[in-house]
This record gives sequence, C-alpha cells and structure tokens, in this order.
Amino acid sequence: MSNTLLKKMTRQAYPLGFTTAVESDTVRAGLDEEVIRLISRKKNEPSFLLTWRLNAYRHWQTMHEPSWSNLKLNPIDYQAISYYSAPKSKTDGPKTLQDIDPEILRAYNKLGISLEEQKHLSGVAVDAVFDSVSVWTTCKEILNEVGVIFCPFSEAVLQYPDLIKKYLGSVVPYRDNFFAALNSAVFSDGSFVYIPKGVACPIELSTYFRMNAANTGQFERTLIIAESGSSVSYLEGCSAPMRDNHQLHAAVVELIALDDAEIKYATVQNWYPGDEKGEGGVYNLVTKRGICRGKNSKISWTQIETGSAITWKYPSVILKGDNSVGEFYSVALTNNYQQADTGTKMIHIGKNTKSTIISKGISAGFAQNSYRGLVRVAPQASHARNYSQCDSLLLSDHCGAHTFPYIEVRNSSAKVEHEASTSTISDEQMFYFQQRGIDTENAISMIVNGFCKTVFSKLPMEFAVEAEKLLELSLEGCQG
Amino acid sequence: MLEIKNLHASVQKKSILKGVNLTIKPGEIHVLMGPNGSGKTTLGKVLAGSPNYIVSKGQVLFNHHDLLMLSPEERARRGLFLGFQYPVEISGVSNIYFLKAALNILRAQQGLKALDALDFKALIQKKLEILEMDESFLYRSINEGFSGGEKKRNEILQLLIFNPTLAVLDETDSGLDIDSLKHVAEGINQFHHKDNGLLLITHYQRLLNYVRPDYVHLFHDGKIKKSGDYRLVSHLEKLGYEKALTRELA
Repeated sequence: MSNTLLKKMTRQAYPLGFTTAVESDTVRAGLDEEVIRLISRKKNEPSFLLTWRLNAYRHWQTMHEPSWSNLKLNPIDYQAISYYSAPKSKTDGPKTLQDIDPEILRAYNKLGISLEEQKHLSGVAVDAVFDSVSVWTTCKEILNEVGVIFCPFSEAVLQYPDLIKKYLGSVVPYRDNFFAALNSAVFSDGSFVYIPKGVACPIELSTYFRMNAANTGQFERTLIIAESGSSVSYLEGCSAPMRDNHQLHAAVVELIALDDAEIKYATVQNWYPGDEKGEGGVYNLVTKRGICRGKNSKISWTQIETGSAITWKYPSVILKGDNSVGEFYSVALTNNYQQADTGTKMIHIGKNTKSTIISKGISAGFAQNSYRGLVRVAPQASHARNYSQCDSLLLSDHCGAHTFPYIEVRNSSAKVEHEASTSTISDEQMFYFQQRGIDTENAISMIVNGFCKTVFSKLPMEFAVEAEKLLELSLEGCQG
Repeated sequence: MLEIKNLHASVQKKSILKGVNLTIKPGEIHVLMGPNGSGKTTLGKVLAGSPNYIVSKGQVLFNHHDLLMLSPEERARRGLFLGFQYPVEISGVSNIYFLKAALNILRAQQGLKALDALDFKALIQKKLEILEMDESFLYRSINEGFSGGEKKRNEILQLLIFNPTLAVLDETDSGLDIDSLKHVAEGINQFHHKDNGLLLITHYQRLLNYVRPDYVHLFHDGKIKKSGDYRLVSHLEKLGYEKALTRELA
C-alpha cells in the first residue's frame, strides 16, 4: 500500500456505540461468594446450580489468566467489575412487549432488530439479551408447535432443570480454563435451545447480545442440544456502546449433537473495538465448543469477528461419533489497535471423522491478527481427515498476521492438510481498479469481500449481506 | 479530444518522457510504434494517472479539462480507458462482479440507471460472442490463471462494455495467436466510431492489417520523432527502428 493511502487510515466509525438510558438493577462491583449467592437468588435457581457456581468460583480462585496467546492486554481488575446488571421492568419477567422499557425496544430497533412479531426478519426467531438478562424472545408459538425449546437460559433452569443438569458443563467443564471458570461462577443469562428427536427447526434462531451498563461484564451462556436426527441453524450478534474503559465479555457456548444431528452456529461479533488510538473496547474472551456425540452428526461454526479490542476465542468441535463432521469458517478483521487471537480445535476421536477449517484474517492499521488452531487425531480415530486453509490479507505496513497451527496425529491412516497464504493489495492491483473508475475504498471492499467469499457463503442468507456491510463499515477510514 | 503538450515525466528520478506532443481528434486512430524502453507504456500510464510517475512539465487536455489534475478513477469516469500491456491478476474478485460494478459507476457518472444482473448479462452476452469468449470466464477471478491471450481479450471485453471516449491500448496485440489477434481486431473495430479516439501502442504491422490507422508515430527516447500516415508502418517494418531513426536524423 502506498503511504498516501496509509495516512488516510485514521478513523473507524462505530455506529452502534450509543448508550441507552434505562433504570437498572446493578449488583455492587466485586466478586465473592456473597455476590454469586445473590445472582443465584435473583434467579430463584435450584440448589444444584448454586453449588455448581460455587465450585466453579472456588476452582477459579486457584487459576491464573492464560498467558500463551499472542495478545497484549491490560491487567483486568476482577474486583472492579459488576457481575450482574439487569434493566428494571414493570413486572417481574415481561409478559407482553408493553412490559418492556420502551428505551430498550428503541435500542434494539436502532440496532435493526425488531422484537415485534410482525416486523422481525421473516423466518428468524430472536432472543434479545440486554446486559445480564434476556428481555424478550420472539416466535415462541411457531417453535412450540414442533416442540423446539428456545428461551432465556434462566428460564430453562427453572422449567427444564433435568436437561440443564444433564448437559451444563458437559462440553466445557468449569475447570476448562480461567474464563470458563469465571463464567460458570457468575453467568447471568443467555439462550437455551433444545431440538427434539427428528425435528428440523423450521426457522433460524438468533440471539442478540447488547452490553449497555458501564463497568459491567457480560457473562452469558448458551447451550444447544440437538437430539438424534434433528437440525438447527443459530446465529448470534453482539454490540456495545463506546466506553473509554475496557469492558469484559466472557461467554461460554456448548453445543451437543446426537446421532445424525446437525448444528450450524454463526456469530457476527461487533463489540465496540475501541477508538483509533486503542483506548477502550471490549475484551472478548470466549470459550465455544461443540461435541458431535452421535454418529454421522455435524457441527459447523461460522464466525465474522470485526469488533472487540481483544478477541480470544477458539470455537472447537470434539468429533466423538463415528463419521461425524466438524467445520470452522472464520473471518477476523482487525483495524487500528485491535488484536485477535482466534482459531479452532478439531479433536478427532471417532472413526472416519472429517473436519474443515477455513480461516481468513484481515489486518489494517496497527492491528495484530493471529490464527491459532489445533488438529488432533486420537489413536482410535482411523481414517480421520482434515483440511485447513489459513489466509491472511494485510492492508497496512504496520499490522501483523500470524499463524500458529498445531497438528497432532496419532493414527497413521489420518490425512491432514494445511495450506496457508499471506497477501497484500499491490499498487498495481489498486491502479487497475482505479483505471476502471473504482475508487480505492470500493476496491478494498471488493477485494476483502472476495477474500471472505467462501466464509460468507456459509452464513444464513439473510445475514450474508449484513456481514458484507459490516466489513465495509469496519474498514471505513482505512482508506481515503 | 486529447491534446498533449510538451509532456515530461519521470519514474524514480529517471526521466522517461521528454517532451511529448500529440493531438487526437474524435474519430481518429493513432498508432505509436518504437523500440522497447522508449517510453510508450509510460505515456499510457501517465495519461491514466499511475501514481508511480511524476509529471515535471507539460499539459494534457482531455475534452478541454486539465487531465493531470484528476485522480485516476476520475479520468476513467470521464471516458479514458487504458488497455494494460500486462493486466494484473486479482484473486477472489469475480470478473462479472468487477465488470458490473465498474460499468454501474460509469453509468452513474452519465446519469444513467444502474443495470441489474439480468440486463447486464444480456449486454455482456453480445460482447462475449464478438470475442468468442466462453461465459464461464465471467465467473473466474479477474485475470487469475488466464492465458496471455485471455488476458488481452478481457481488456478488449472491458473496452466494449465501458465504451470510453478515448482508449489507449498498450500492446494489446502482443503474444496473441492468429485467431486471438483477429478477435481482438474485431473488438477494436466494433468499438471504434466517429466520436471516439484510439491510441494503439504496438510493435507489429499485423494488427494494422485489420485496424486502419489515420496516423502513425515513431516514438523514441521519450518523444515522437516522426509522424506519418499508414505508409510509415511498412517503412518501419522494412528498415527497422534503428535505421529509420538514423535516416531520419541524418
């Protein structure tokens, strides 16, 4: 890139950075057993869950933040954060949309998400999570007819405690890592999905996470269970107001696919990335993992990561069932001083298991973008097959792209392929576009979209266009 | 439509163009011939606004506007087209997406409605037939993995789609087999009419068997040394550049 173009790389627009004035019920800052008991009490949780939380908390106290990632983050003061903040509503648990604070409805409308049944994207059910709680879930009736459960996590705890007891922590145990332990101790809400045997979920399910309150962390938990022969497609979106200090987001997502079941999980992550000097922005430290427990099951992760000051996440698949399939499609875009260390783990245990990893990293400004991925083939996983492709696109002279592939193969019949490439946009390419009347900004967005095409094609149709727009927005100011 | 006056340009402090004068009127076809390294390609790139060159002196008027003040994309939008000698490969961006985006930018400039996918397809179909290009070619990345001939044909396809007022074609006839050359020539003839202008940079007479120029210029050491009509071509072919130049100077 020529220097003149580079100089124009200054500002990044973040149109979702507004705050919403709502009265909230926020727990005092700090973390101790009393706070955990308080959160549990607010949600009327059964005792097994409180015990689980406390065990997680006690274990967390023995742990240290991971230091192996290629990220530089400011120390996090865990005692300065409030672990629970919920907007006050007129009644406990809104029964109709009228019970929800109109400010919250307005906030979601601004984000382009309508909670009114008639106006929502056709064929998509939405669960709206505002700070620590779910405020509304749409399309419940359509889902009830086929027996699909799609509700706030805290509601599932009360109504389906057996399912929660059976599956919570079964894929990501609280001992898994520092942030998973923290989440297990303090998680407040999230989404719960249960697809009964043989049911193909008739509509897309989605959750929109909005972080609003200042000095609060968001710790949501999502659990999706797909019974034998069922299938579901789920999408989550996220955004947060612009704030000067770093906000912490430590989520856990667990997916369970039984025999012949298929789960598609897509993320469009656009948390506040911080300003052009790297001040503020969300620390997005997330543990996402799915298990293909049954034979012929399939789990597919698609992520578009454009926001957050720090992204630390590795959506993974444990391929336990024979012939099961795991997929990871990722676009991670970092601009200004954003840092991403993201990738996946594909753990092959069953026979004839297959995994595909397509990772596209785009860096601009002073950003650092790392792909970190593990492909492990266990001794019993005969005829396992993996294909990995990691491509990096560099849009400035000051940014970095890094690839850390780990491959562990313990079965000689396995076939593992890894391809990697790094590219830039040459002056010559830029001139070609310009000579055809296309300015540099449009040229970059065409090249970036082309670069990400294989990943976008994995998104639900309604969101593929959104993702393209989001990428353009995130690169705004990157060129004149 | 194009008036080049005493144009000087350099790349990395090396002076390449040393006083070019050339006027092209609507409907005219000009041919620029000359030895390798004489600055023909530079002239094309400077006209199109490549940031690699610095213009130190001179003026270029394009339809009465100061061309050198405009950004490269602005020049293109006002109807200046450069057919590249070595079209660059751009992976991931499909030809059809690129062509449609560029055409709609040009149309917007002219106050025309953007073409939708169907109308665009209809338009492009005819042009593909002229050049005997397969449709599959539209769905490949721009120039990626194209043969030399395919790249050149892609430039002519763009010429036909964008329909500029002035086209500079830099060695579009180089490296082509006889059939490809015929298709390229056919494309150039389809494009040309009484209101647009053409500047062909070439080494060979063979293209000129199909495309009849009004003026032929001998380019050497950064400027036009000799101008004439079609007959100058056979003169050059017979003598070679060196002899033609020494005779000229003697």
